[in-house]
Amino acid sequence: MNPALQALVTIIVGVGGCVGYFYFSNQFLDKVLFPAKGPNIARNITRANMIRPWLFLMPALLALSVYLVYPVVETLRLSLSERLPGNESRFVGLANYQTMLEDAKFWEAMRNNVIWLLVVPALSTAFGLLAAQLSDRVRWGNIAKSMIFMPMAISFVGAAVIWKLVYDARPIDQDQIGVLNALYLFFGGTEPQQWLTKLGWNNFYLMAVLVWIQTGFAMVILSAALRGIPEETIEAAIVDGASPIQVFFKIKVPQIMGTIVVVWTTITIVVLKVFDIVYAMTNGQWETQVLANYMYDKLFRAVDWGVGSASAMVIMLMVSPILVWNIYNARKEMK
Amino acid sequence: MANLKLTGVQKTYGGSINVLNDINLDIQTGELIVFVGPSGCGKSTLLRMIAGLETITAGEFTIDGQRMNEMPPAQRGIAMVFQSYALYPHMTVRDNMSFALKLAKKTPAEIDAAITKVAETLQLTEYLDRLPKALSGGQRQRVAIGRSIVRDPKVYLFDEPLSNLDAALRVATRIEIAQLKESMPDSTMVYVTHDQVEAMTLATRIVVLANKGIAQVGTPLDLYERPENEFVAQFIGSPAMNLLPGKIVETGDVTTVRVDHGNGVIAANIPSKPDMKGAVVNVGIRPEDMTPVTGDNYAFENIVEISEALGEVTQVYFKRQDVNSSPVIAKLPGIHRDVRGQRMRMSTEPEKIHLFSEGVSLLYR
Amino acid sequence: MSGIAGTKSSLTWAVHLSLAVMVLLWLFPTTGLLVSSFRTADQISTTGWWKSMFASEQNLTLRTAAPDYQTTQDGNYVIQGNLFEGSAAATISVWGISSRAIDDYKAGDTAQLKKGGTVTVEVNGDYLMQNTEAFTGKRGQRIFATAEKPPEFTLGNYEFVLFDPSNREGLAKAFFNTLTVTIPATIIPILVAAFAAYALAWMDFPGRALLVAAVVGLLVVPLQLALIPILKLHNEIGIGKGYLGAWLAHTGFGLPLAIYLLRNYMVGLPRDIIENARVDGATDFQIFTKIVLPLSFPALASFAIFQFLWTWNDLLVALVFLIDSTGDTTVMTKQIVELLGTRGGNWEILATSAFVSIAVPLLVFFSMQKYLVRGLLAGSVK
Repeated sequence: MNPALQALVTIIVGVGGCVGYFYFSNQFLDKVLFPAKGPNIARNITRANMIRPWLFLMPALLALSVYLVYPVVETLRLSLSERLPGNESRFVGLANYQTMLEDAKFWEAMRNNVIWLLVVPALSTAFGLLAAQLSDRVRWGNIAKSMIFMPMAISFVGAAVIWKLVYDARPIDQDQIGVLNALYLFFGGTEPQQWLTKLGWNNFYLMAVLVWIQTGFAMVILSAALRGIPEETIEAAIVDGASPIQVFFKIKVPQIMGTIVVVWTTITIVVLKVFDIVYAMTNGQWETQVLANYMYDKLFRAVDWGVGSASAMVIMLMVSPILVWNIYNARKEMK
Repeated sequence: MANLKLTGVQKTYGGSINVLNDINLDIQTGELIVFVGPSGCGKSTLLRMIAGLETITAGEFTIDGQRMNEMPPAQRGIAMVFQSYALYPHMTVRDNMSFALKLAKKTPAEIDAAITKVAETLQLTEYLDRLPKALSGGQRQRVAIGRSIVRDPKVYLFDEPLSNLDAALRVATRIEIAQLKESMPDSTMVYVTHDQVEAMTLATRIVVLANKGIAQVGTPLDLYERPENEFVAQFIGSPAMNLLPGKIVETGDVTTVRVDHGNGVIAANIPSKPDMKGAVVNVGIRPEDMTPVTGDNYAFENIVEISEALGEVTQVYFKRQDVNSSPVIAKLPGIHRDVRGQRMRMSTEPEKIHLFSEGVSLLYR
Repeated sequence: MSGIAGTKSSLTWAVHLSLAVMVLLWLFPTTGLLVSSFRTADQISTTGWWKSMFASEQNLTLRTAAPDYQTTQDGNYVIQGNLFEGSAAATISVWGISSRAIDDYKAGDTAQLKKGGTVTVEVNGDYLMQNTEAFTGKRGQRIFATAEKPPEFTLGNYEFVLFDPSNREGLAKAFFNTLTVTIPATIIPILVAAFAAYALAWMDFPGRALLVAAVVGLLVVPLQLALIPILKLHNEIGIGKGYLGAWLAHTGFGLPLAIYLLRNYMVGLPRDIIENARVDGATDFQIFTKIVLPLSFPALASFAIFQFLWTWNDLLVALVFLIDSTGDTTVMTKQIVELLGTRGGNWEILATSAFVSIAVPLLVFFSMQKYLVRGLLAGSVK
């Protein structure tokens, strides 16, 4: 079947199925199972209302369980097992983890991930805050925001191409077509650099891509937070003799600290999952491996499900503190 | 020691929206000046221009003879108390109060001494290490006032400081501000409010703002007893002064007016020139000055439509003369039952009558 | 904030300037890609794209035709032609015949060649070499010219990438496949999530708080965990790799955010309206479809944009669940990654392909930015 047709059919079947399910299940509940008439009307309505929430929730719960909850459990199981021929598996305890811990590439990925975790959220938040503060003070601020926000819409792969062009290097006797090398030579560099293969530094050139993308996100959220600060506290600080810099750091930033933490953690999660950028730009070569790409390598290139799952569990483990923190906050807010 | 002088001050937004025009005002050291006026009259804008939070479009503002137009707020020797208190939510009471002093590079010992003293005066000592969100509205208000006092400014600016408090607290804090003023006779205060009672009780002089300008400046009783124009007459006092149209029938040291509605004649202790004879005027009588009379010398006669017994007084609303005129109100002391539906003639003593010609009081003509 | 007296205008300028620098810095990389996609392979590889915007003065190293092409005229050996043959025209101002003196002659001047003979170069690049003896050697004479080249752009790359049937790496099919993945994967989770969000926001049942907490928790679960288990599952139940699997996976992975966003929005709807409807005798199903759903339009739009951008830009889900060994179902992101490997130097193809793939998200971004921002603000866990 033509994929377009298939897509159309899927939309119709999917949407129609959903609507049909919700409509008919409600009808069934109200008309057949517990009809709102007859001698037991009150009891029937109560019962129907006890069941109805679950009718509404069922498809979502099903999808969430299959696609998110089950995988967590299954990945944990896989990480503790060894694959045997014929779709069999055997419990091997922590052997996969041990293999992983002995793999130098894993430690390289860990090291890089830690650097990513330190650098990207910090820089994105800082630049975002700067952009938010600056753009709120000028008339063309909205246009500026749009431009800085724009990379959010670009895929990681697209961004990888964009930045590969920036990092491109040509032999010294030719015109440089990568901006970075052109600038480097302009400011007195002697030789064009292959940025992405410079060990150690290349990680930062990859991180620049994610910072470039995430700054817009940080800016949008922080700009809203900045605008939420009561204007009078700022005026009071000015009357108190604070300079613009002091107003910013002593009055504004402390008041939006909560939002800064939210932005920081959100970007942290993005960083932990970062895959496409590394996959597309270096594929983990030249010591740029990160966990998500390491895992992909293990799962689909080495076809080692045990170690792959173990590294996935490491990512899960690193996300968990934020997960717990979010749940804690959400519950606090609901009360 | 601070004399504030505004000369020809004007405020225009965006080059075309004019909010204040030609404001001339002299504020002496030790005065507590209150700006009142209907909402949108620019009273807060004027205060913010004095603070330096708004630029002055035209004219000059000086403190002790020194031009302030271009001076940043912090260098004007002012402190401001905001309507929302504007406490820094992330700082303790102590840090809130010491913020300005730290910025001014005062020594820790100086800061400590200043805060201890002010905290004692305002009974804030035990709250010094709390965050603003752990304080009640009244306490926050006192912190805001304390924050301005520790800086020991020459001029205090208050922007509707009591409007976020409930009624009882408002009275208490009003008295505190009055006491504070008394304890600092040398400081100059400018106070913006829309509450007449605050204006009447606190002010040395009141500035009534209307129509982008100053309607009248004077002591509270001046404004009450000798309003310069119909606007001030009706703005000060509640319910507003009744205005009854009439014609001058006799001029001289005492002016006699025949009112249009009813056939009453009334004499006012206001001199008028002979050429005023026959002129159309409005007779102004405050509701609390209205008394029922029986003779032919009355200012007004009609049927009582509504009466509101408030206990100490009874407010009587007369039937309107026509749909466009505002109701005439009298405030009769004590309790009056069964006045509803009665036809009454009202008058007052000659010295309590105001006469306005073309909106302006004859006293000032 | 603009009205504060005594603010220094230098500070205002500093703000304008820093913001301008930042905007340029953020815009520059993307602009590079866009501009490059309109340049020929030759142009891209010889000059930086930032020089392409202006009629640029360039120092060119050109070559006359080889001595093989010489003719004789009136007893003289002659080589003539145009230096820009086969490339875009330009205007020569000065030129030279040695790399150390590239500006010895003006256009129209005649130079003495070291090996004998003369050469004359005109403004438009026409040259004439004359000698009494035959020119020797294999290659033509090098001419170093300083020339003014007008900016020049082409749509050829797009034609090649999108419409050329001979191009086996063309994007047309991948573009279509991406669209095929994206649309159902955007619509279906919205519907499923909206019902669940309503239940979590406005229906009372035991365990509701727990479910909300669970959704918040699932928000951050890395989808990496799902790769193998779900792939296994898909294989076992016979879906295998293909569109259906990708749609289902995107639906599953998108649901937590969808439910979270929509619930947050629905909770904020005025209670009075919903209770009034209940008093009027509406059932939950009617309240949901007639009142809550229409009122939640902004949140629905926000999520739709998120999910659209996310599925359009996705690589990982496509790699794992969609693209089988035949490669018939390849999507643009995958195609571009492949190009990066095989055609790493062909910037005209890379840039154009990448720009084709980001054009649609950019369009959505600029037309629906309001909803995107709103969604972001609602979606970041407070």
